[in-house]
Amino acid sequence: MSPSQTSRLLKRLALPIAFAMFVAGSLLFDLSAGIRAGRNFLSFGREMIAIVPATFILIGLFEAWIPQEKIERHLGQEAGFASHFWSMILAGSTVGGLMVAFPVAYSLRRKGARHAVVFSYLGTAGVVRVPMTLFEMSFLGVPFTLVRYAVALPLLIAMAEILGQVLDRRGFEMRTPSRDTTAGTRPHPRRPE
Amino acid sequence: MKQLILPAVAATLLLVSFLRDRTRTAEAVRIAIRRFTGILAPFLAMLSLASLAITLVTPERLSALVSGEHMWLSTGLAAIIGSVALMPGFIAFPLAGILLENGVPYMVLAAFTVSLMLVGVATFPLERAYLGTGVSLVRNGLCLAVAMCVALVIGIVFGELR
Repeated sequence: MSPSQTSRLLKRLALPIAFAMFVAGSLLFDLSAGIRAGRNFLSFGREMIAIVPATFILIGLFEAWIPQEKIERHLGQEAGFASHFWSMILAGSTVGGLMVAFPVAYSLRRKGARHAVVFSYLGTAGVVRVPMTLFEMSFLGVPFTLVRYAVALPLLIAMAEILGQVLDRRGFEMRTPSRDTTAGTRPHPRRPE
Repeated sequence: MKQLILPAVAATLLLVSFLRDRTRTAEAVRIAIRRFTGILAPFLAMLSLASLAITLVTPERLSALVSGEHMWLSTGLAAIIGSVALMPGFIAFPLAGILLENGVPYMVLAAFTVSLMLVGVATFPLERAYLGTGVSLVRNGLCLAVAMCVALVIGIVFGELR
């Protein structure tokens, strides 16, 4: 590891290291609050230790086995209500947050998808993404996920259908983002999701 | 016991994948490791902060603060925080799990996580570049409403609202 990499790593770990030093100091001087914080850390960490790596294995399998481009190709031509189904499947396989969803939505539009489909993709990308759902089920439980799907999906698809039709009537068109508008928002996409 | 279900599922699928296609499985493991090491630093930071916060605000006090008569206020606040925050799901859901165990109601967590995923104040400049200001405002506003609807139904289903 080069020195610059080491210093970058140290900077990223500054907070956990400070926390570890605080707990170590508390142990040394018998500070009860610090010791309790350390115990909390261990008990939270113990719970995550099995769940988090397992979730990442599932995410890795998902990404390796399900090629996103294949679904994307389906969406350009598909019309009617079935298109919402496909946009949902695509949304499920999207890795990344809204940062990634907008460029994908734009490429969908350019491949000929209706506006309603573009919006249902943007909406459902925030609901059914598989990696996110796996984490949610692990930490908040399957019933929580089921209720969330049951409420959010119909609302978002109805919203996309109405919004899409209104915008079509008004002659709306998605813009081609110019380089400077997007470059300024986030130069290094660091979200590893 | 419950904590072992997910690792068991992951291990089984990994084995099935390995038997069917070794190179693809290797790629899956590579992706998993890359993503995992990518979030390790922010993940440890979140655990540190959560441990400190729970020590300062005890679970009993936290629970009294955000549920009961303060339920609606904290749900609204959670939706606002979720809209403004930029946080990957790998951080948000473990955090929500910790909060849940320390007395935060499902309804509040629903408002937070759903708005986090659907509403983007921080990503607004990016969104505007594609959709324009007006449509972006409408989309975010409607999505915030969806988040509140989900929170409401979660509150009813989980018996937190009376």
